[in-house]
Amino acid sequence: MARRIKTGDLAFDLIVFLICAVTVVAVAYPLYFIVIASFSDPVAVRSGEVWLSPKGATLEGYRRIFENERLWRGYLNTILYTVAGSFFGLAVTIPPAYALSRRDFRLRKPLNFYFIFTMFFSGGLIPTYMVVNKVGLSNSAWVMIVLWGFNTYNMIIARTFFESNVPSELLDAARIDGCGTTRFFLKIVLPVSQAVISVIFLFNVVWKWNEYFTALIYLRDQALMPLQIVLREILLQNDMFRNGQGASGASTIANLGDLIKFGIIIVSTVPVMVLYPFLQKYFQKGVMIGAVKG
Amino acid sequence: MFNYAPMYGVLMAFENFSPVKGILGSPWAGLKYFDRFVHSYQFSALFVNTLGLSLYLLLASFPLPIILALTFNRVRGRAARGAIQTISYAPHFISVVVVVSMMSILLSPTSGLVNLLSQSLGGKAVNYLAEPSWFKTLYVASDIWQHTGWNSIIYFAALSAIDPELYDAAKVDGAGAWLQVIRIELPCLAPTIVVLLILNTGSIINVGFEKTYLMQNALNLSSSEVIATYVYKVGLQSLQYSYSAAIGLFTNVISFVLLAAVNLFARRVGGASLW
Repeated sequence: MARRIKTGDLAFDLIVFLICAVTVVAVAYPLYFIVIASFSDPVAVRSGEVWLSPKGATLEGYRRIFENERLWRGYLNTILYTVAGSFFGLAVTIPPAYALSRRDFRLRKPLNFYFIFTMFFSGGLIPTYMVVNKVGLSNSAWVMIVLWGFNTYNMIIARTFFESNVPSELLDAARIDGCGTTRFFLKIVLPVSQAVISVIFLFNVVWKWNEYFTALIYLRDQALMPLQIVLREILLQNDMFRNGQGASGASTIANLGDLIKFGIIIVSTVPVMVLYPFLQKYFQKGVMIGAVKG
Repeated sequence: MFNYAPMYGVLMAFENFSPVKGILGSPWAGLKYFDRFVHSYQFSALFVNTLGLSLYLLLASFPLPIILALTFNRVRGRAARGAIQTISYAPHFISVVVVVSMMSILLSPTSGLVNLLSQSLGGKAVNYLAEPSWFKTLYVASDIWQHTGWNSIIYFAALSAIDPELYDAAKVDGAGAWLQVIRIELPCLAPTIVVLLILNTGSIINVGFEKTYLMQNALNLSSSEVIATYVYKVGLQSLQYSYSAAIGLFTNVISFVLLAAVNLFARRVGGASLW
Protein backbone atom coordinates (compact mmCIF):
# COMPACT_ATOMS: atom_id res chain seq x y z
CA MET A 1 0.00 0.00 0.00
CA ALA A 2 2.64 2.48 1.12
CA ARG A 3 4.67 1.61 -1.91
CA ARG A 4 1.84 2.28 -4.33
CA ILE A 5 1.31 5.69 -2.83
CA LYS A 6 4.97 6.48 -3.27
CA THR A 7 5.05 5.63 -6.96
CA GLY A 8 1.80 7.53 -7.35
CA ASP A 9 3.31 10.59 -5.71
CA LEU A 10 6.38 10.30 -7.85
CA ALA A 11 4.26 10.29 -10.99
CA PHE A 12 2.41 13.26 -9.56
CA ASP A 13 5.58 15.23 -9.02
CA LEU A 14 6.70 14.35 -12.49
CA ILE A 15 3.48 15.66 -13.96
CA VAL A 16 3.77 18.83 -11.92
CA PHE A 17 7.24 19.34 -13.25
CA LEU A 18 6.18 18.64 -16.83
CA ILE A 19 3.27 21.05 -16.70
CA CYS A 20 5.51 23.77 -15.34
CA ALA A 21 8.17 23.15 -17.95
CA VAL A 22 5.69 23.10 -20.83
CA THR A 23 4.01 26.24 -19.55
CA VAL A 24 7.23 28.16 -19.22
CA VAL A 25 8.53 27.14 -22.63
CA ALA A 26 5.22 27.66 -24.41
CA VAL A 27 4.72 31.07 -22.91
CA ALA A 28 8.24 32.35 -23.00
CA TYR A 29 9.51 31.04 -26.31
CA PRO A 30 7.37 33.13 -28.67
CA LEU A 31 8.35 36.22 -26.69
CA TYR A 32 11.99 35.23 -26.73
CA PHE A 33 11.87 34.59 -30.45
CA ILE A 34 10.50 38.04 -31.15
CA VAL A 35 13.28 39.57 -29.07
CA ILE A 36 16.12 37.76 -30.82
CA ALA A 37 14.54 38.20 -34.23
CA SER A 38 14.39 41.94 -33.72
CA PHE A 39 18.19 42.04 -33.51
CA SER A 40 18.89 39.59 -36.31
CA ASP A 41 19.52 39.76 -40.00
CA PRO A 42 16.04 39.50 -41.55
CA VAL A 43 17.26 37.14 -44.26
CA ALA A 44 18.43 34.67 -41.64
CA VAL A 45 15.11 35.00 -39.81
CA ARG A 46 13.18 34.34 -43.00
CA SER A 47 15.09 31.18 -43.72
CA GLY A 48 14.61 29.85 -40.20
CA GLU A 49 18.21 30.10 -39.03
CA VAL A 50 17.30 32.22 -36.07
CA TRP A 51 15.60 30.31 -33.34
CA LEU A 52 17.90 30.04 -30.35
CA SER A 53 20.21 33.02 -30.63
CA PRO A 54 20.32 36.11 -32.83
CA LYS A 55 22.29 35.97 -36.10
CA GLY A 56 23.92 38.81 -37.94
CA ALA A 57 23.20 41.26 -35.17
CA THR A 58 21.79 44.55 -36.39
CA LEU A 59 20.10 47.56 -34.96
CA GLU A 60 18.77 48.69 -38.32
CA GLY A 61 15.19 47.83 -37.39
CA TYR A 62 15.35 49.94 -34.28
CA ARG A 63 17.00 52.78 -36.15
CA ARG A 64 14.11 52.84 -38.63
CA ILE A 65 11.59 52.68 -35.84
CA PHE A 66 13.06 55.61 -34.02
CA GLU A 67 12.82 57.62 -37.22
CA ASN A 68 9.14 56.83 -37.68
CA GLU A 69 7.19 59.90 -36.73
CA ARG A 70 3.79 58.25 -36.86
CA LEU A 71 4.87 55.74 -34.25
CA TRP A 72 6.16 58.39 -31.90
CA ARG A 73 3.02 60.39 -32.17
CA GLY A 74 1.09 57.24 -31.36
CA TYR A 75 3.36 56.66 -28.42
CA LEU A 76 2.85 60.15 -27.07
CA ASN A 77 -0.90 59.94 -27.58
CA THR A 78 -1.04 56.64 -25.76
CA ILE A 79 0.97 58.02 -22.86
CA LEU A 80 -1.39 60.97 -22.62
CA TYR A 81 -4.50 58.77 -22.79
CA THR A 82 -3.06 56.30 -20.33
CA VAL A 83 -2.04 58.80 -17.70
CA ALA A 84 -5.07 61.04 -17.96
CA GLY A 85 -7.47 58.15 -18.42
CA SER A 86 -6.11 56.24 -15.45
CA PHE A 87 -6.44 59.21 -13.14
CA PHE A 88 -9.89 59.92 -14.45
CA GLY A 89 -10.75 56.27 -13.86
CA LEU A 90 -9.68 56.56 -10.24
CA ALA A 91 -11.62 59.76 -9.76
CA VAL A 92 -14.87 58.19 -10.90
CA THR A 93 -14.37 54.74 -9.41
CA ILE A 94 -13.15 55.29 -5.88
CA PRO A 95 -15.83 57.69 -4.55
CA PRO A 96 -18.85 55.62 -5.60
CA ALA A 97 -17.08 52.49 -4.37
CA TYR A 98 -16.67 54.08 -0.98
CA ALA A 99 -20.25 55.31 -0.95
CA LEU A 100 -21.49 51.82 -1.70
CA SER A 101 -19.31 50.28 0.96
CA ARG A 102 -20.98 52.30 3.69
CA ARG A 103 -23.71 50.28 5.30
CA ASP A 104 -25.54 53.38 6.45
CA PHE A 105 -25.95 54.62 2.87
CA ARG A 106 -29.66 54.32 2.14
CA LEU A 107 -29.48 53.94 -1.62
CA ARG A 108 -26.84 51.29 -1.30
CA LYS A 109 -28.91 48.37 -2.53
CA PRO A 110 -30.57 49.97 -5.54
CA LEU A 111 -27.39 51.72 -6.63
CA ASN A 112 -25.43 48.55 -6.25
CA PHE A 113 -27.84 46.85 -8.59
CA TYR A 114 -27.75 49.88 -10.88
CA PHE A 115 -23.99 49.41 -11.31
CA ILE A 116 -23.79 45.66 -11.41
CA PHE A 117 -26.56 45.43 -13.95
CA THR A 118 -24.27 47.16 -16.43
CA MET A 119 -21.80 44.33 -16.15
CA PHE A 120 -24.24 41.90 -17.65
CA PHE A 121 -26.30 44.02 -19.92
CA SER A 122 -25.29 46.87 -22.16
CA GLY A 123 -27.00 49.01 -24.72
CA GLY A 124 -24.71 47.78 -27.43
CA LEU A 125 -22.27 49.30 -29.82
CA ILE A 126 -24.54 51.51 -31.88
CA PRO A 127 -26.50 53.18 -29.08
CA THR A 128 -23.24 53.87 -27.29
CA TYR A 129 -21.83 55.32 -30.46
CA MET A 130 -24.84 57.59 -30.83
CA VAL A 131 -24.48 58.88 -27.30
CA VAL A 132 -20.78 59.55 -27.69
CA ASN A 133 -21.51 61.42 -30.90
CA LYS A 134 -24.27 63.45 -29.36
CA VAL A 135 -22.13 64.45 -26.40
CA GLY A 136 -19.56 65.62 -28.90
CA LEU A 137 -16.80 63.33 -27.76
CA SER A 138 -16.17 61.47 -30.98
CA ASN A 139 -12.95 62.17 -32.81
CA SER A 140 -11.41 63.99 -29.88
CA ALA A 141 -8.77 63.03 -27.39
CA TRP A 142 -11.42 63.21 -24.67
CA VAL A 143 -13.17 60.08 -25.82
CA MET A 144 -10.02 58.08 -25.10
CA ILE A 145 -9.73 59.54 -21.63
CA VAL A 146 -13.31 59.71 -20.50
CA LEU A 147 -15.12 56.83 -22.16
CA TRP A 148 -15.21 53.64 -20.10
CA GLY A 149 -13.43 55.47 -17.29
CA PHE A 150 -15.78 53.84 -14.88
CA ASN A 151 -15.37 50.11 -14.63
CA THR A 152 -17.81 48.13 -12.55
CA TYR A 153 -15.38 45.35 -11.86
CA ASN A 154 -12.81 47.77 -10.46
CA MET A 155 -15.51 49.46 -8.46
CA ILE A 156 -16.41 46.12 -6.87
CA ILE A 157 -12.78 45.50 -6.00
CA ALA A 158 -12.56 48.87 -4.29
CA ARG A 159 -15.90 48.43 -2.58
CA THR A 160 -14.92 45.04 -1.19
CA PHE A 161 -11.69 46.51 0.05
CA PHE A 162 -13.42 49.41 1.79
CA GLU A 163 -15.96 47.08 3.34
CA SER A 164 -13.34 44.96 4.99
CA ASN A 165 -10.65 47.55 5.71
CA VAL A 166 -12.47 50.67 6.79
CA PRO A 167 -14.35 49.69 9.95
CA SER A 168 -17.33 51.82 10.89
CA GLU A 169 -15.71 52.38 14.30
CA LEU A 170 -13.14 54.46 12.52
CA LEU A 171 -15.85 56.72 11.17
CA ASP A 172 -17.50 56.94 14.58
CA ALA A 173 -14.22 57.89 16.17
CA ALA A 174 -13.62 60.54 13.53
CA ARG A 175 -17.13 61.91 13.98
CA ILE A 176 -16.56 62.34 17.69
CA ASP A 177 -13.48 64.33 16.88
CA GLY A 178 -15.63 66.54 14.70
CA CYS A 179 -14.58 65.25 11.31
CA GLY A 180 -17.09 65.56 8.49
CA THR A 181 -17.81 62.89 5.89
CA THR A 182 -15.85 64.53 3.11
CA ARG A 183 -12.85 65.13 5.29
CA PHE A 184 -13.02 61.61 6.64
CA PHE A 185 -12.96 60.29 3.08
CA LEU A 186 -10.06 62.49 2.00
CA LYS A 187 -7.94 62.39 5.12
CA ILE A 188 -8.54 58.89 6.44
CA VAL A 189 -10.12 56.56 3.90
CA LEU A 190 -7.88 57.43 0.98
CA PRO A 191 -4.59 57.14 2.89
CA VAL A 192 -5.43 53.74 4.38
CA SER A 193 -6.56 52.47 0.99
CA GLN A 194 -3.40 53.09 -0.97
CA ALA A 195 -3.09 49.40 -1.77
CA VAL A 196 -6.40 49.13 -3.56
CA ILE A 197 -6.03 52.50 -5.22
CA SER A 198 -2.73 51.48 -6.75
CA VAL A 199 -4.20 48.18 -7.89
CA ILE A 200 -7.00 49.91 -9.74
CA PHE A 201 -4.66 52.49 -11.14
CA LEU A 202 -2.45 49.73 -12.54
CA PHE A 203 -5.37 47.86 -14.02
CA ASN A 204 -6.39 51.07 -15.72
CA VAL A 205 -2.89 51.75 -17.00
CA VAL A 206 -2.48 48.36 -18.63
CA TRP A 207 -5.90 48.46 -20.11
CA LYS A 208 -5.59 51.98 -21.48
CA TRP A 209 -2.16 51.20 -22.88
CA ASN A 210 -3.56 48.28 -24.85
CA GLU A 211 -6.83 49.94 -25.81
CA TYR A 212 -7.57 49.92 -29.48
CA PHE A 213 -11.28 49.30 -29.94
CA THR A 214 -12.37 52.73 -28.72
CA ALA A 215 -9.88 54.44 -30.98
CA LEU A 216 -10.92 52.32 -33.94
CA ILE A 217 -14.52 53.35 -33.53
CA TYR A 218 -14.42 56.91 -32.33
CA LEU A 219 -11.25 58.47 -33.71
CA ARG A 220 -10.82 59.57 -37.27
CA ASP A 221 -8.01 62.07 -37.09
CA GLN A 222 -4.60 60.53 -37.77
CA ALA A 223 -2.92 62.87 -35.31
CA LEU A 224 -5.00 61.49 -32.44
CA MET A 225 -4.38 57.82 -33.03
CA PRO A 226 -2.92 55.87 -30.11
CA LEU A 227 -0.08 53.42 -30.39
CA GLN A 228 -2.24 50.35 -30.85
CA ILE A 229 -3.90 51.70 -33.98
CA VAL A 230 -0.54 52.65 -35.46
CA LEU A 231 0.67 49.17 -34.61
CA ARG A 232 -2.26 47.63 -36.37
CA GLU A 233 -1.56 49.66 -39.48
CA ILE A 234 2.09 48.78 -39.52
CA LEU A 235 1.95 45.21 -38.28
CA LEU A 236 -1.19 43.84 -39.77
CA GLN A 237 -1.85 46.02 -42.76
CA ASN A 238 1.79 46.28 -43.80
CA ASP A 239 1.48 49.98 -43.98
CA MET A 240 4.94 51.01 -42.89
CA PHE A 241 5.80 52.95 -45.98
CA ARG A 242 2.65 54.94 -46.35
CA ASN A 243 4.48 58.23 -46.32
CA GLY A 244 6.61 57.19 -49.26
CA GLN A 245 9.75 56.50 -47.31
CA GLY A 246 12.68 55.19 -49.32
CA ALA A 247 11.88 52.23 -51.50
CA SER A 248 14.63 50.14 -53.03
CA GLY A 249 13.50 46.81 -54.35
CA ALA A 250 10.60 44.73 -53.08
CA SER A 251 12.64 42.16 -51.18
CA THR A 252 14.63 44.74 -49.26
CA ILE A 253 11.38 46.34 -48.22
CA ALA A 254 9.94 42.99 -47.18
CA ASN A 255 13.03 42.12 -45.17
CA LEU A 256 13.22 45.50 -43.56
CA GLY A 257 9.50 45.35 -42.94
CA ASP A 258 9.93 42.13 -40.97
CA LEU A 259 12.73 43.58 -38.94
CA ILE A 260 10.70 46.64 -38.18
CA LYS A 261 7.75 44.51 -37.15
CA PHE A 262 9.76 42.59 -34.59
CA GLY A 263 11.25 45.79 -33.29
CA ILE A 264 7.90 47.53 -33.01
CA ILE A 265 6.42 44.67 -31.05
CA ILE A 266 9.27 45.04 -28.61
CA VAL A 267 9.17 48.80 -28.42
CA SER A 268 5.43 48.88 -27.82
CA THR A 269 5.33 46.08 -25.29
CA VAL A 270 8.47 46.77 -23.31
CA PRO A 271 7.07 49.50 -21.04
CA VAL A 272 4.37 47.21 -19.72
CA MET A 273 6.62 44.16 -19.63
CA VAL A 274 9.41 45.89 -17.78
CA LEU A 275 7.13 47.31 -15.13
CA TYR A 276 4.98 44.26 -14.69
CA PRO A 277 7.26 41.89 -12.69
CA PHE A 278 7.76 44.57 -10.05
CA LEU A 279 4.09 45.24 -9.80
CA GLN A 280 2.94 41.67 -10.12
CA LYS A 281 2.02 41.34 -6.49
CA TYR A 282 -0.35 44.29 -6.80
CA PHE A 283 -2.07 42.79 -9.79
CA GLN A 284 -2.36 39.49 -8.02
CA LYS A 285 -3.80 41.22 -4.99
CA GLY A 286 -6.34 42.97 -7.17
CA VAL A 287 -7.62 39.74 -8.64
CA MET A 288 -7.79 38.21 -5.18
CA ILE A 289 -9.76 41.06 -3.64
CA GLY A 290 -12.15 40.89 -6.54
CA ALA A 291 -12.48 37.15 -6.10
CA VAL A 292 -13.90 37.48 -2.62
CA LYS A 293 -17.16 38.65 -4.07
CA GLY A 294 -17.50 38.32 -7.81
CA MET B 1 -22.54 61.60 0.42
CA PHE B 2 -25.13 62.87 -2.00
CA ASN B 3 -22.56 65.04 -3.67
CA TYR B 4 -21.75 61.96 -5.65
CA ALA B 5 -25.22 61.67 -7.06
CA PRO B 6 -24.65 63.79 -10.19
CA MET B 7 -21.58 61.76 -10.98
CA TYR B 8 -23.67 58.65 -11.29
CA GLY B 9 -25.69 60.40 -13.91
CA VAL B 10 -22.63 61.28 -15.95
CA LEU B 11 -21.33 57.75 -15.76
CA MET B 12 -24.54 56.17 -16.78
CA ALA B 13 -24.67 58.31 -19.86
CA PHE B 14 -21.97 56.11 -21.25
CA GLU B 15 -23.59 52.93 -20.27
CA ASN B 16 -26.87 51.35 -21.05
CA PHE B 17 -29.46 53.81 -19.91
CA SER B 18 -29.23 56.84 -22.10
CA PRO B 19 -29.01 54.88 -25.36
CA VAL B 20 -32.67 54.09 -24.77
CA LYS B 21 -33.47 57.78 -25.15
CA GLY B 22 -31.96 57.89 -28.60
CA ILE B 23 -34.08 54.98 -29.66
CA LEU B 24 -37.28 56.50 -28.31
CA GLY B 25 -36.67 59.75 -30.14
CA SER B 26 -37.01 58.17 -33.56
CA PRO B 27 -40.15 56.83 -35.24
CA TRP B 28 -41.28 53.47 -33.97
CA ALA B 29 -40.30 50.52 -36.13
CA GLY B 30 -41.59 47.76 -33.90
CA LEU B 31 -39.81 44.49 -34.25
CA LYS B 32 -39.09 45.04 -37.93
CA TYR B 33 -35.32 44.95 -37.57
CA PHE B 34 -35.27 42.00 -35.23
CA ASP B 35 -37.41 40.16 -37.67
CA ARG B 36 -35.12 41.12 -40.53
CA PHE B 37 -32.08 39.85 -38.70
CA VAL B 38 -33.57 36.52 -37.70
CA HIS B 39 -34.72 35.92 -41.26
CA SER B 40 -31.63 37.24 -43.01
CA TYR B 41 -29.51 34.80 -44.91
CA GLN B 42 -26.41 35.40 -42.75
CA PHE B 43 -28.28 34.69 -39.57
CA SER B 44 -27.60 30.98 -39.31
CA ALA B 45 -23.95 31.31 -40.35
CA LEU B 46 -23.35 34.11 -37.85
CA PHE B 47 -25.05 32.20 -35.13
CA VAL B 48 -23.13 29.02 -35.81
CA ASN B 49 -19.80 30.85 -36.01
CA THR B 50 -20.43 32.77 -32.83
CA LEU B 51 -21.64 29.86 -30.77
CA GLY B 52 -19.06 27.52 -32.24
CA LEU B 53 -16.23 29.84 -31.40
CA SER B 54 -17.35 30.62 -27.89
CA LEU B 55 -18.22 27.06 -26.95
CA TYR B 56 -14.91 25.86 -28.32
CA LEU B 57 -13.17 28.57 -26.34
CA LEU B 58 -15.05 27.74 -23.16
CA LEU B 59 -14.52 24.00 -23.37
CA ALA B 60 -10.87 24.18 -24.34
CA SER B 61 -9.74 26.99 -22.13
CA PHE B 62 -11.84 26.71 -19.00
CA PRO B 63 -10.21 23.67 -17.33
CA LEU B 64 -6.64 24.76 -17.99
CA PRO B 65 -6.26 27.49 -15.37
CA ILE B 66 -7.58 25.05 -12.78
CA ILE B 67 -4.95 22.49 -13.69
CA LEU B 68 -2.28 25.15 -13.75
CA ALA B 69 -3.26 26.45 -10.32
CA LEU B 70 -3.23 22.93 -8.90
CA THR B 71 0.23 22.51 -10.38
CA PHE B 72 1.56 25.80 -9.03
CA ASN B 73 0.24 24.88 -5.65
CA ARG B 74 2.51 21.83 -5.63
CA VAL B 75 5.71 23.55 -6.66
CA ARG B 76 7.79 23.53 -3.51
CA GLY B 77 10.41 26.24 -3.88
CA ARG B 78 8.88 29.65 -3.30
CA ALA B 79 11.29 31.41 -5.63
CA ALA B 80 10.83 28.88 -8.40
CA ARG B 81 7.09 29.12 -8.13
CA GLY B 82 7.18 32.89 -8.19
CA ALA B 83 9.32 32.86 -11.31
CA ILE B 84 7.07 30.39 -13.12
CA GLN B 85 3.99 32.37 -12.18
CA THR B 86 5.52 35.63 -13.32
CA ILE B 87 6.34 34.14 -16.70
CA SER B 88 2.96 32.54 -17.14
CA TYR B 89 1.06 35.75 -16.38
CA ALA B 90 3.16 37.88 -18.69
CA PRO B 91 1.25 37.44 -21.98
CA HIS B 92 -1.88 38.78 -20.33
CA PHE B 93 -0.37 42.24 -20.53
CA ILE B 94 0.34 42.15 -24.23
CA SER B 95 -2.16 43.91 -26.41
CA VAL B 96 -4.44 42.04 -28.78
CA VAL B 97 -2.89 43.82 -31.72
CA VAL B 98 0.54 42.52 -30.80
CA VAL B 99 -0.69 39.00 -30.15
CA VAL B 100 -2.36 38.82 -33.52
CA SER B 101 0.74 40.22 -35.23
CA MET B 102 2.89 37.67 -33.48
CA MET B 103 0.61 35.00 -34.84
CA SER B 104 0.83 36.39 -38.32
CA ILE B 105 4.62 36.45 -38.10
CA LEU B 106 5.08 33.01 -36.59
CA LEU B 107 2.50 31.42 -38.87
CA SER B 108 3.47 33.14 -42.09
CA PRO B 109 3.39 30.64 -44.96
CA THR B 110 6.72 31.75 -46.38
CA SER B 111 8.86 32.76 -43.44
CA GLY B 112 7.00 31.77 -40.28
CA LEU B 113 8.78 29.57 -37.80
CA VAL B 114 5.92 27.09 -37.60
CA ASN B 115 5.85 26.46 -41.31
CA LEU B 116 9.62 26.29 -41.59
CA LEU B 117 9.61 23.66 -38.88
CA SER B 118 6.86 21.58 -40.41
CA GLN B 119 8.50 21.86 -43.82
CA SER B 120 11.81 20.64 -42.48
CA LEU B 121 9.95 17.66 -41.08
CA GLY B 122 8.53 17.00 -44.53
CA GLY B 123 5.20 18.75 -44.10
CA LYS B 124 3.58 21.27 -46.38
CA ALA B 125 3.36 24.99 -45.79
CA VAL B 126 -0.07 26.05 -44.64
CA ASN B 127 -1.33 29.60 -44.69
CA TYR B 128 -2.98 29.21 -41.32
CA LEU B 129 -4.44 32.67 -41.03
CA ALA B 130 -6.17 32.43 -44.38
CA GLU B 131 -7.71 29.02 -43.77
CA PRO B 132 -11.29 29.19 -42.48
CA SER B 133 -10.84 25.79 -40.85
CA TRP B 134 -7.94 27.04 -38.74
CA PHE B 135 -9.49 30.25 -37.55
CA LYS B 136 -11.25 28.92 -34.47
CA THR B 137 -8.31 26.84 -33.33
CA LEU B 138 -5.92 29.76 -33.67
CA TYR B 139 -8.29 32.03 -31.84
CA VAL B 140 -8.67 29.57 -28.99
CA ALA B 141 -5.00 28.62 -28.86
CA SER B 142 -3.82 32.21 -28.69
CA ASP B 143 -6.38 32.93 -26.01
CA ILE B 144 -5.11 30.00 -23.98
CA TRP B 145 -1.55 31.19 -24.47
CA GLN B 146 -2.41 34.67 -23.35
CA HIS B 147 -4.76 34.19 -20.45
CA THR B 148 -4.37 30.77 -18.84
CA GLY B 149 -1.68 31.88 -16.43
CA TRP B 150 -3.55 34.99 -15.43
CA ASN B 151 -6.82 33.15 -14.97
CA SER B 152 -5.11 30.67 -12.68
CA ILE B 153 -4.52 33.41 -10.08
CA ILE B 154 -8.03 33.23 -8.78
CA TYR B 155 -7.91 29.46 -8.32
CA PHE B 156 -4.47 29.68 -6.82
CA ALA B 157 -5.78 32.16 -4.28
CA ALA B 158 -8.56 29.76 -3.36
CA LEU B 159 -6.04 26.94 -3.01
CA SER B 160 -3.75 28.88 -0.72
CA ALA B 161 -6.71 29.51 1.56
CA ILE B 162 -7.05 25.79 2.28
CA ASP B 163 -6.38 24.91 5.90
CA PRO B 164 -3.04 23.04 6.10
CA GLU B 165 -4.54 20.78 8.74
CA LEU B 166 -6.62 19.15 6.04
CA TYR B 167 -3.45 18.04 4.29
CA ASP B 168 -1.93 16.78 7.53
CA ALA B 169 -5.05 14.78 8.29
CA ALA B 170 -4.97 13.34 4.79
CA LYS B 171 -1.36 12.31 5.17
CA VAL B 172 -2.10 10.59 8.46
CA ASP B 173 -4.84 8.68 6.73
CA GLY B 174 -2.36 7.65 4.05
CA ALA B 175 -3.79 9.67 1.18
CA GLY B 176 -1.29 10.34 -1.59
CA ALA B 177 -1.03 13.48 -3.68
CA TRP B 178 -3.67 12.35 -6.16
CA LEU B 179 -6.22 11.69 -3.49
CA GLN B 180 -5.46 15.04 -1.89
CA VAL B 181 -6.21 16.76 -5.16
CA ILE B 182 -9.48 14.93 -5.66
CA ARG B 183 -10.74 14.96 -2.08
CA ILE B 184 -9.41 18.24 -0.73
CA GLU B 185 -8.44 20.66 -3.45
CA LEU B 186 -11.15 20.16 -6.04
CA PRO B 187 -13.99 20.43 -3.51
CA CYS B 188 -12.45 23.61 -2.16
CA LEU B 189 -12.28 25.05 -5.67
CA ALA B 190 -15.83 24.08 -6.59
CA PRO B 191 -17.56 27.36 -5.63
CA THR B 192 -14.99 29.42 -7.54
CA ILE B 193 -15.32 27.15 -10.54
CA VAL B 194 -19.09 27.49 -10.57
CA VAL B 195 -19.04 31.29 -10.32
CA LEU B 196 -16.52 31.62 -13.11
CA LEU B 197 -18.42 29.18 -15.27
CA ILE B 198 -21.56 31.24 -14.83
CA LEU B 199 -19.73 34.44 -15.72
CA ASN B 200 -18.28 32.80 -18.79
CA THR B 201 -21.60 31.56 -20.10
CA GLY B 202 -22.84 35.13 -19.83
CA SER B 203 -20.36 36.15 -22.47
CA ILE B 204 -20.91 33.25 -24.84
CA ILE B 205 -22.63 35.36 -27.46
CA ASN B 206 -20.43 38.39 -27.04
CA VAL B 207 -17.29 36.61 -28.10
CA GLY B 208 -14.46 39.09 -28.36
CA PHE B 209 -14.78 41.57 -31.14
CA GLU B 210 -11.25 42.84 -30.95
CA LYS B 211 -9.32 39.73 -31.75
CA THR B 212 -11.84 38.38 -34.22
CA TYR B 213 -11.78 41.64 -36.12
CA LEU B 214 -7.99 41.69 -36.22
CA MET B 215 -7.71 38.09 -37.30
CA GLN B 216 -10.33 38.46 -39.97
CA ASN B 217 -9.44 38.57 -43.62
CA ALA B 218 -11.30 38.04 -46.86
CA LEU B 219 -10.21 34.42 -46.98
CA ASN B 220 -11.27 33.22 -43.57
CA LEU B 221 -14.42 35.30 -43.38
CA SER B 222 -16.67 32.28 -43.78
CA SER B 223 -15.77 31.11 -40.30
CA SER B 224 -14.57 34.30 -38.68
CA GLU B 225 -17.63 36.50 -39.14
CA VAL B 226 -19.33 36.56 -35.76
CA ILE B 227 -22.23 38.62 -34.52
CA ALA B 228 -20.01 41.22 -32.88
CA THR B 229 -18.06 41.96 -36.04
CA TYR B 230 -21.22 41.92 -38.11
CA VAL B 231 -22.81 44.51 -35.83
CA TYR B 232 -19.76 46.71 -36.29
CA LYS B 233 -19.78 46.40 -40.06
CA VAL B 234 -23.48 46.86 -40.51
CA GLY B 235 -23.68 49.69 -38.04
CA LEU B 236 -20.57 51.77 -38.46
CA GLN B 237 -19.35 50.86 -41.90
CA SER B 238 -22.63 50.70 -43.79
CA LEU B 239 -24.47 52.98 -41.34
CA GLN B 240 -27.59 50.92 -40.84
CA TYR B 241 -27.90 52.13 -37.27
CA SER B 242 -31.26 50.72 -36.29
CA TYR B 243 -30.65 47.34 -37.82
CA SER B 244 -27.28 47.03 -36.16
CA ALA B 245 -28.58 48.26 -32.82
CA ALA B 246 -31.38 45.72 -33.02
CA ILE B 247 -28.88 42.91 -33.55
CA GLY B 248 -26.81 44.17 -30.64
CA LEU B 249 -29.81 44.31 -28.35
CA PHE B 250 -30.94 40.90 -29.52
CA THR B 251 -27.65 39.30 -28.55
CA ASN B 252 -27.48 41.18 -25.26
CA VAL B 253 -30.90 39.97 -24.28
CA ILE B 254 -29.98 36.41 -25.18
CA SER B 255 -26.79 36.46 -23.18
CA PHE B 256 -28.53 38.05 -20.22
CA VAL B 257 -31.25 35.42 -20.25
CA LEU B 258 -28.63 32.72 -20.62
CA LEU B 259 -26.71 34.07 -17.67
CA ALA B 260 -29.81 34.29 -15.52
CA ALA B 261 -30.79 30.75 -16.48
CA VAL B 262 -27.40 29.26 -15.69
CA ASN B 263 -27.30 31.19 -12.45
CA LEU B 264 -30.71 29.89 -11.45
CA PHE B 265 -29.65 26.37 -12.33
CA ALA B 266 -26.46 26.66 -10.30
CA ARG B 267 -28.34 28.03 -7.33
CA ARG B 268 -30.85 25.20 -7.43
CA VAL B 269 -28.21 22.53 -7.78
CA GLY B 270 -25.25 23.71 -5.80
CA GLY B 271 -26.25 26.76 -3.83
CA ALA B 272 -23.70 28.94 -5.60
CA SER B 273 -24.96 32.09 -7.22
CA LEU B 274 -23.88 35.44 -8.50
CA TRP B 275 -26.58 37.45 -6.82
